[in-house]
Amino acid sequence: MKFLHLVWSGLWRSRTRAVLTLLSIAVAFVLFGLLQAISAWFDGRLPGLRADRLIVVSRVSEIEPLPSAHLRLIERVPGVRRATLVGALPAIYQIRGNDVLVLATDPGALFDIYPDWHIARDELQAMSGKRTGALVGAALMKAYGWQLGDRVPLRTSVVQQDGSTDWSFEIVGTYSVSGAATQENRIIVNYAYFDEARMFDRGRAFAFIASIDDPLQSTRICAAIDALFANSPDETLTQNEAEYAQSQLRQLGDVGLMVNAIVGAVLFTLLFLTGNTMRQAVRERIPEFAVLKAIGFSDGMVTALVLAESMLLCVVAALLGLAVAAAIFPLTAALGISGGALPPRVVASGVAIALALALASGLPPAWHARRLSIVDALAGR
Amino acid sequence: MDAVASLKSVVKSYTRGAQRVAVLHGISLTIDSGEFLALMGPSGSGKTTLLNLVAGIDRPDEGEIVVAGELISNLSSRQLTGWRAHHVGLIFQFYNLMPLLTAEENVELPLLLTTLSKAQRRARVRTALHLVGLADRGAHRPAELSGGQQQRVAIARALVADPTLLVCDEPTGDLDRETAEQILDLLQLVNREQGKTIVMVTHDPKAAERASRQLRLDKGQLLDTDTEAAA
Repeated sequence: MKFLHLVWSGLWRSRTRAVLTLLSIAVAFVLFGLLQAISAWFDGRLPGLRADRLIVVSRVSEIEPLPSAHLRLIERVPGVRRATLVGALPAIYQIRGNDVLVLATDPGALFDIYPDWHIARDELQAMSGKRTGALVGAALMKAYGWQLGDRVPLRTSVVQQDGSTDWSFEIVGTYSVSGAATQENRIIVNYAYFDEARMFDRGRAFAFIASIDDPLQSTRICAAIDALFANSPDETLTQNEAEYAQSQLRQLGDVGLMVNAIVGAVLFTLLFLTGNTMRQAVRERIPEFAVLKAIGFSDGMVTALVLAESMLLCVVAALLGLAVAAAIFPLTAALGISGGALPPRVVASGVAIALALALASGLPPAWHARRLSIVDALAGR
Repeated sequence: MDAVASLKSVVKSYTRGAQRVAVLHGISLTIDSGEFLALMGPSGSGKTTLLNLVAGIDRPDEGEIVVAGELISNLSSRQLTGWRAHHVGLIFQFYNLMPLLTAEENVELPLLLTTLSKAQRRARVRTALHLVGLADRGAHRPAELSGGQQQRVAIARALVADPTLLVCDEPTGDLDRETAEQILDLLQLVNREQGKTIVMVTHDPKAAERASRQLRLDKGQLLDTDTEAAA
């Protein structure tokens, strides 16, 4: 600690350079913190997904609908506890940008398959008595200020029997999902009404969802379902929820790889910036290091001083950047990302990277300071 | 009087590019305890090289150097560093203070290598600054001090660890006459009152007159003239 003022004074010898370098590193670590947190969020979602829920889509293409009649066969596969079919109705509420996803399904089966989705029993019953009824996620209700009994007009690309693409549903209930507010941004409507009302693709569903008794049997059951429709015009691809989510993410690309590539490029650039700063900082102070050595500072102490300076710069800047990232990350909830607290492992890996950066950028000038000849340095050679 | 330093047949040369330049040719010299020795000579005569060897910041190619009872020509680089911290106070022509440290912090630097407590270090720093007449300027940075004051801070830094030997390389070379006289007064005071042995390299005959002995170097050899000053 008694050398701290010496390290600190060395760091601030060129105030402008120190501030600019500190800001550059801090900004890089804001980016690092946010991207790593988003990546961690993607990773974190997958283990939370369940292996006892299966998703059945067309093997040809996910957007290719499957015959609704598949449902009866899927329900009969040994191990399948409950199944339902799903139709998707992407829609806009009032103005462009107010995108909502309408899921047409059997609500009773859906809430049975998703026990973590909570709905009042009377509201679920009201749904079965109202063909145009809708169950709306609590987050969506709050976002648009909807109330029970409201009639919600939606613009879609799905054509009705009368040629209109405008659909209208009456809110009869609200569901909530504990710990997953992003799943509360959907509208659930009766599949029977949806299928009858639409002009095209009637009798065909976007996907099937099934719950099974034993998650350890998911591989066997998936294979059994797909075997039912093998060599038919409507072959299926059945995956458990976690596998399905992974395949969806893979369509976006390898998020982890992308994030690591961006962060890697930024940190690599930062290495040169910090390395150059430290090199300049030491070069300007060669006579000062020579004096320190002349009055008795050992080679090791001079090395340690330079490295401590580099570490102080990198770690303080990284902590500053990570603090900003931690402050910003909760705001990403608006983008549909979890938006919780910055994961501690992101902070820990950020500090570890900052230390590695400090070592990599501080070692060459530290070595130079260690090796300098007092006589030559004092003589200005 | 006991010898603080003795050099026996010291040879030193430097390599500059492809050339090897001989700087000192078999120098033998004894410096007594409490002596104020001035080394004079033209540029390139080897004064500073000799001073560096006595201060232990350079090594001879040949010969023996004993300072404060230690054969420093045989010490490893690490041992020499520790030895310097205990036995040598250095004063340079251009002061060589740390620009962002205050006068007190600059003076404290050699004490950071000791096991003294913060309070003990502070007390010693104040004593040293008081000795050089800068007790009230401890919180000032070098840029806020005049050249003479900066050199006084450098002298305080050299004295604070109570070294055996004070080594000064052109300590008045960057100062005007009046300030130079003040610095020389201070060095004389330190020599007389504290009994510090001082070895000073200078071009200035007036400065050399303040020493108790003057030696002249020319082309790497000590000339016979060994003037005992009345001062």
